[in-house]
Amino acid sequence: MADLTSTITPAFSGGSAFMRAIKSFALLRESPIGMVGAFLVLFWVFVAIFAPLLAPHDPLAILQPFAKPGTVHAKSATTLWLGTDNLGRDILSRIIWGSRTVLIYAPLATLSAYVVGVLMGLAAGYHRGWWDTILSRIADIILSFPVLVLFIIVISTFGASGINIVIAITFASAPGIMRIVRGLVLDLRNRDYVAAAQTRGESALYVMLVEILPNARGPLIVDACVRLGYVIITIGVLGFLGLGLPPPNPDWGGMINEGRKMAMIFPHMTIMPCIAISSLVLGFNLLADGLREVSLRD
Amino acid sequence: MGEHSDIYDGPVLEIDGLCISYFVRSGEIPAVVDFSLTLAPGESVGLVGESGCGKSTVAMAIMRYMGNNGDIVGGTVKFKGRDMADMSDEELRNLRGSEIAMIYQEPMAALNPSLTIGTQLMEVPMVHENVSTEDAYKLALQMLNDVHLPDPERVMEAYPHQISGGQQQRVVIAMALLGKPALLLLDEPTTALDVTVEAGIVELIAELSRKFNTSLLYISHNLGLMLEVCDRIGVMYSGEVVESGHIDSIFSWPKHPYTHGLFGCIPLPHADKLARPLVAIEGQLPLPHERPNGCNFGPRCNFFEKGVCDADQVHMEGVISDDDPAHYVRCLRWNDIDHDEAIPTGPEQPPVELGDYVLEVNNMQKYYEVHDTSLSALVSGGNIKHVKANEELNFKAREGETVAIVGESGCGKSTFAKVLMGLENATDGEVMFDGVDIGDLAVKDRSPQQLGSLQMVFQNPNDTLNPSLTVGSQIARVIRKFGVESDPKKIRQRVLELLDIVKLPREFEWRKPRQLSGGQKQRVGIARAFAGNPKTVIADEPISALDVSVAAAVTELLMNIQRENKTTLLFISHDLSAVRYLADRVVVMYLGQIMERGTTDEVFSPPYHPYTEALLSAVPIADPQVVKRRIVLEGNLPSAMNPPKGCPFSTRCQRHLGDICENEIPKVQFNADRHAIACHIPMQELRDVAPVISLKEPPPPVQPQPGAAAE
Repeated sequence: MADLTSTITPAFSGGSAFMRAIKSFALLRESPIGMVGAFLVLFWVFVAIFAPLLAPHDPLAILQPFAKPGTVHAKSATTLWLGTDNLGRDILSRIIWGSRTVLIYAPLATLSAYVVGVLMGLAAGYHRGWWDTILSRIADIILSFPVLVLFIIVISTFGASGINIVIAITFASAPGIMRIVRGLVLDLRNRDYVAAAQTRGESALYVMLVEILPNARGPLIVDACVRLGYVIITIGVLGFLGLGLPPPNPDWGGMINEGRKMAMIFPHMTIMPCIAISSLVLGFNLLADGLREVSLRD
Repeated sequence: MGEHSDIYDGPVLEIDGLCISYFVRSGEIPAVVDFSLTLAPGESVGLVGESGCGKSTVAMAIMRYMGNNGDIVGGTVKFKGRDMADMSDEELRNLRGSEIAMIYQEPMAALNPSLTIGTQLMEVPMVHENVSTEDAYKLALQMLNDVHLPDPERVMEAYPHQISGGQQQRVVIAMALLGKPALLLLDEPTTALDVTVEAGIVELIAELSRKFNTSLLYISHNLGLMLEVCDRIGVMYSGEVVESGHIDSIFSWPKHPYTHGLFGCIPLPHADKLARPLVAIEGQLPLPHERPNGCNFGPRCNFFEKGVCDADQVHMEGVISDDDPAHYVRCLRWNDIDHDEAIPTGPEQPPVELGDYVLEVNNMQKYYEVHDTSLSALVSGGNIKHVKANEELNFKAREGETVAIVGESGCGKSTFAKVLMGLENATDGEVMFDGVDIGDLAVKDRSPQQLGSLQMVFQNPNDTLNPSLTVGSQIARVIRKFGVESDPKKIRQRVLELLDIVKLPREFEWRKPRQLSGGQKQRVGIARAFAGNPKTVIADEPISALDVSVAAAVTELLMNIQRENKTTLLFISHDLSAVRYLADRVVVMYLGQIMERGTTDEVFSPPYHPYTEALLSAVPIADPQVVKRRIVLEGNLPSAMNPPKGCPFSTRCQRHLGDICENEIPKVQFNADRHAIACHIPMQELRDVAPVISLKEPPPPVQPQPGAAAE
């Protein structure tokens, strides 16, 4: 493995890789849709990073229950722009703090699902034969379960916590990623440069990680963006079902669930977190569209 | 629509000053500039040029199908006297497929895989002529007969994947002709096909265009093919026609330096690597947005004159010195050039001294097992079938020798390469390399020295390098892996040396493969193969995907490195011209078996194996002096799953003797010490066969040195 990494990241290519990243972002400017997506995503990233400065109140502090949006809170003399929930907590502050939950666990879960899915896909697509049969059947079995049932099984077995959200999502998403990677590998493994690596006696691991994986990155990056959006929805669903972070923590899905029963009288309690989730998911999807559009153009 | 064509008797197509541009991110890119052409009914005109010269763009512009970023920015295209720019979309749609038809390079991509061939063929008359289903069926069936497909009723019911590539292309031609077009555009129609199949298609197209009086616009990179099919040709370079005229005047009295250069790049039958090495055109095709002022060919031209050639756009000028009124050239200095001396020839080379035998292949076999998982096969117990990819291969190669393995697709030449490289194990027999049997030594069991001494140059330049790694790091990896050097500084030094050897600038060390042209990538591939100081290099069709002028450069490079390192070169190819040019010995394979082997001179002159004879006849030769005996093979390559019982070639053989060919495997007969032919026909009879290729008169200046290429 030691000489493996030295080939992946030769010291001299670091600068150019960075420049290329900048360049491809500059290219994104040509896609208006991609720019809207990037704006939405960056907005929420900004909100999450500066949550302590942006949030007007402590997300757990009880101010006054069932305040409608725009009510002035008498004690602190501040406007409650988005109102408060049934316990009297400021919804705006909870949404701002809740963005942290989403933006920490969604990328973490996606990354973890990718690591597992990519390794499975590489092994299945490259070795084929038994590897492929066994891994593909495992994937089929997982994919044939309703996702919600899977989540309930995993979370109720291990308990509700951030790390278990990551585990549950990895478990449910990795098979789909594996299928995409496997398909790409089946194509790439027949390239001449793979044969060249094999004929100079490279190990299977080297061929998979250095010769094949980097050349599959294009479609995988786009897929990762779309998948990130789905994972955000999933985290919302988990929160809604009470399988997300334990109660007092601000969590968009949990907020929707708490407001659900009173949605007819106090719609702001559900609508606001819904808008938050939708805008972030939409952002990632538009970003993926933009990336795809830019990468297809010449 | 048919009536219309009877009334109008002027030229079918008149193109005047056509300019086409593509509009991309970086701005407008002129693809074709000042293109003019007139095409009379029944005439066939060729467009030759290397990739990126704009020849396909012209065809698409005639169809008025420019994609979403292309546009015609100047000039007119008149079809049967009507300016196509004035036609509505509706009119254009009616024209396409009926009056103007097009045949593309990939027959499989031109046919819809989910519809039967009958459905696709019947659609043409049903859409364009509103005929009934029954009439359409009859028309389609008749057309399949006209393109000489065996068993047309069955083909009508078949899906495209159920017939062979050659048959698919015949179906595409039938589809194109069903609309009774006045103009047929053929964009590299035979490039994807094997030579013997190509010969059949070329003959078919010529026959049909006579029969239906169709005008042909034939687009190809293959000069030899042009000579066989066209009345007139235009030579294109970098978006411009640089020379046009009757086929004879272009081939006999070329006037443009680029045309001269092209001829210098093509191996001709009376040239070999020692007496007349190929000369590549120096430099590269300019990118469309970086074309020079004045003559586009200027920077690569030996006759370039500053102030003249780079001043203004050069226009076509009539050549008055010969009696061809259609001969035009886009060169300001064509009158100053001594055209007898202009075809470049390289210096003569001394023959290579051959050493001991390096590689000995004895009775090697490679069978693949195919598992038939159908229930009936499981019940009957015959669920394992064998594909005989290689059967009884025997040959030897000496140090410094170039052995060519020739054959069409499916003949097992790539399987043999895989066995040599250790990617597959031989089923039986032995492959002695450097005193060790490597036939069943898989790649992971070979030592770094063994791996390094047997390396490969691959076919597809776009596939041979990992797109994610720099050129330098890919070569360096090989050096480290084979233990040639271990000190990073020395490795880097060696990488730079290798880049020098393959004549690439040292800065290319930092480049990614996508920043390189096809020829440059192939050079890096060669550098990588030679990085481990190999004893033997297998080159699997190393030049077949390259343009003519680039291929010549890569061929010469490979030969030079081989000569200097005394490497044994196994050159796998389907291109007999290239093989004749560079090989010392030739092995002709068909369906996994060796049909004939011997020195190049022995194989290319009688006695021939009938298959060698047919192959030689099928290869287009870009020399009007050459006379060929025409042999067009019938039928298709049999499936390797179910090969003929006797001689594998018996199903298509033009010298078929009778039952003995079908039932008995022919014995190997020896004409000379190492010239072997596997055929039932007695050697004496084979010796009396007339040569396939002969010359009208002794070729001017250079004669091959007899025996120079022999071992």
